[in-house]
Amino acid sequence: MRNPTVRQIAFCAVLLVALLVFPLVVHGTFPTHVMIMVFLFAMMGVAWNILGGYAAMFSFGQVAFFGIGAYTSTILLMNYNVNPWIGLVAGGVLAALMGAAIGIPCSNLRGHYFAIASIAFAEIVRIHFNNWKFVAAAEGLSLPLLPESLRNFMFHSSKVPYYYIILVFLLLSVLICRYISTNRMGFYLRAIKESHELAKGMGISFVRYRLYAIMISAFLTAMAGTFYAQYILYIDPDSVLILPISVQVVLVAMLGGAGTIIGPVIGAAILLPLSEITRVWLGYKGTGIDMMIYGALIMVISAYRPEGVWGLLTTIGRRGK
Amino acid sequence: MSAASFLEVQGITKRFGGLTATEEVSFTVKEGEILSIIGPNGAGKSTLFNCITGFYRPDAGKVLFRGKDITTASAHKICKLGIARTFQIVQVISDMTVLENVMTGTYLRTYDRRKVREKAVEILRFAGLHEKMDFPGTDITIADKKRLEVAMALGTEPTLLMLDEAMAGLTPVELREMIALIRKVRENGVTLIIVEHVMEAVMELSDRVVVINSGRKIVEGSPKDIVRNPEVIQAYLGDRYSAGN
Amino acid sequence: MSEQLVAQLMNGFLIGCMYSLIAVGLTMIWGVMNIINFAHADFLMLGMFTSFWLYTLYGVDPIFSIPVCGALLFLLGWLIYRFLVSKVMTGPALAQLVVTFGISIFIANAAVFLWTPDFRMIEKPLLYGTWNFGTVQLSIPKAVASIGSILVSLGLFLFLRKTKTGKAILAVEMNRSSALLMGINTERVNALSFAIGSSLVGIAGAFLSMYYYIYPQVGGTFGLISFCIVALGGFGSIEGAFLAGILIGIVQTLGGYFFDPAYKYAIVFAMYLITVWIRPQGLMGW
Repeated sequence: MRNPTVRQIAFCAVLLVALLVFPLVVHGTFPTHVMIMVFLFAMMGVAWNILGGYAAMFSFGQVAFFGIGAYTSTILLMNYNVNPWIGLVAGGVLAALMGAAIGIPCSNLRGHYFAIASIAFAEIVRIHFNNWKFVAAAEGLSLPLLPESLRNFMFHSSKVPYYYIILVFLLLSVLICRYISTNRMGFYLRAIKESHELAKGMGISFVRYRLYAIMISAFLTAMAGTFYAQYILYIDPDSVLILPISVQVVLVAMLGGAGTIIGPVIGAAILLPLSEITRVWLGYKGTGIDMMIYGALIMVISAYRPEGVWGLLTTIGRRGK
Repeated sequence: MSAASFLEVQGITKRFGGLTATEEVSFTVKEGEILSIIGPNGAGKSTLFNCITGFYRPDAGKVLFRGKDITTASAHKICKLGIARTFQIVQVISDMTVLENVMTGTYLRTYDRRKVREKAVEILRFAGLHEKMDFPGTDITIADKKRLEVAMALGTEPTLLMLDEAMAGLTPVELREMIALIRKVRENGVTLIIVEHVMEAVMELSDRVVVINSGRKIVEGSPKDIVRNPEVIQAYLGDRYSAGN
Repeated sequence: MSEQLVAQLMNGFLIGCMYSLIAVGLTMIWGVMNIINFAHADFLMLGMFTSFWLYTLYGVDPIFSIPVCGALLFLLGWLIYRFLVSKVMTGPALAQLVVTFGISIFIANAAVFLWTPDFRMIEKPLLYGTWNFGTVQLSIPKAVASIGSILVSLGLFLFLRKTKTGKAILAVEMNRSSALLMGINTERVNALSFAIGSSLVGIAGAFLSMYYYIYPQVGGTFGLISFCIVALGGFGSIEGAFLAGILIGIVQTLGGYFFDPAYKYAIVFAMYLITVWIRPQGLMGW
């Protein structure tokens, strides 16, 4: 993202104010919940962007980091009474290390090959957690109900505090992403995206920078996982380690416009309300209609409007001038 | 007057399966000179080039840069040590502007974004691309792309710049401009090794020429001597012509 | 003990043959047009359901459903290529990855909607029961399915090498722009390859329905495994996919036998990751 225009800054400022004011204006648990999911996936989309948007490392395995974050903080809380905020950092660090571990064998993989490797990795994690007694395997973990406070990262009487926390997380992610994009790492990742050979020739250790990207992306995604655990208060492999979550993250980033910072936010804003609303209205019987609509939307958008909404908007903006 | 040569290539051999692409090639490069490597297509010039710059690991032989053994060093480390290169098929970063491309180079030595940008602008001025600074990297002519490649390499502040067929596909006017640019680069204290087919450039720029054929070095000398050497003529034109000259 | 091992190896081989047939179509599609068809295993599911409904509603044995499944999936593949996949051929790489994901989600959930998520089974196919070799038991439907898979794969191999159309497909796989210059209609080849690949996996579905549970989400794990097989064999290499399929089948079975059956897929994925570390282009890829 180059130096944003005045128009773009104004747009973001207005948007930010609107989001800050939203819970005060719109009451009701469902709308708040939808917005929380939007922010959650927007955050993961931004984290994905560091890999897929900048460095062409199309990760379809982000859910592994999400799950590791969720499980780490939860186990630390349940078994060792560790404060969830510390658990948050621990989860992030663990996810980053796992990301680095998988990043090394995959350092030469690009595009489709990388995508499949990332899926394989995430599936190994899922299968393991599904069978691991220490984390209660397929049964899942129910978080202990602590008294409501910011310190305990738990609220019972209202979703609004969660709303603001995840919004702050999202803003943090956006700032990190922007910092990366405008400084050396962003340049190097884009060089790596162009060609490993070229990067080498310019003194860039593509292995090292790819690892950095994975680790940062993993950390942020794990943070989202911890948030989810503290929000939903129950986690199991089928809710925090499944492929559809990874796919959703990619779709969010792609729909909004991969490679842009605000893209995933827009993508999440469109996709999450859609999936949440269709799930509630149409999915309760398990009929699958909600997902059919979802799938159809994805098909049509990627086939006929792949540059995403942001790309679409900027094109219109340009033409408008 | 240091005892160690600037660049010493000793007995470089590289095989791919049953094919020996480069065999026992040795030569030295003096600081400040322009050395050309020429030879017919398929002679092994690119392989040699890649062995020196760390893109291939030679099966035998050594490369010494200022006395330091860089034979097994990785490509990006070699760049950090001061050897920069361009590619036979021009590579610029597509989703960046011309300026950003060079900044990617200057980021090697500095982290300060402002300095990085300033240095890059300077280099663009030097390379004659200053006006096209904000053009997308893909939106410029092939000749400009080649200059950009040189500019990007210069960004990494090399003491040795290696060019892989930089003159290929240029019109006569563009060729003259490129030759002038290379001269300027040398005047700025950068030693150059150029792999070339375009003889005009070789003759004009080189202090010395190394001729490679079928993976082996067949002769080394000044441009004038090389051009008259019967072995060289035979290598390029075949037996029919060598006797007649 | 070693009889058990032999039985496991046989089992692995049989499963592997099925995997091979599934993977071969997938790798051909990849080789020709650089697209990973994430919906490939959902086509498998459709093949299975076609066979199931023909059996349940009209009493047609799976063996005779094979041509129907093949034809139906051929048509479906052609249509999907024509109206969806062809549009992303000239777009960003990400769109190509994602469009087939959308198709996969749509098809799997359409199946849930139409047929409920229940598990089905074909109770008494024509070919039923087991052969006994000493103490080793060989499931007849599995054996038939495997032999069938090998034959069909062989058929594909011959088609590609001996017929004009087949050679055109290979040409495009190897070098698209040259094929274009030689006058080959690459759009047609794309559509044909997609259709053939889909048809093959539809046939695999018919085979599989003879002994496997039939349900809308069956594509899930099969899909992931088949991607690993394709990548392991080398994207685009049909021989590679065939061999990798059998290899994976054996690894899966032996892994489950020696370690823990619950982890058998994890072992497959781990093996895949190790292989691409050592040899990123797969066994026979280019």
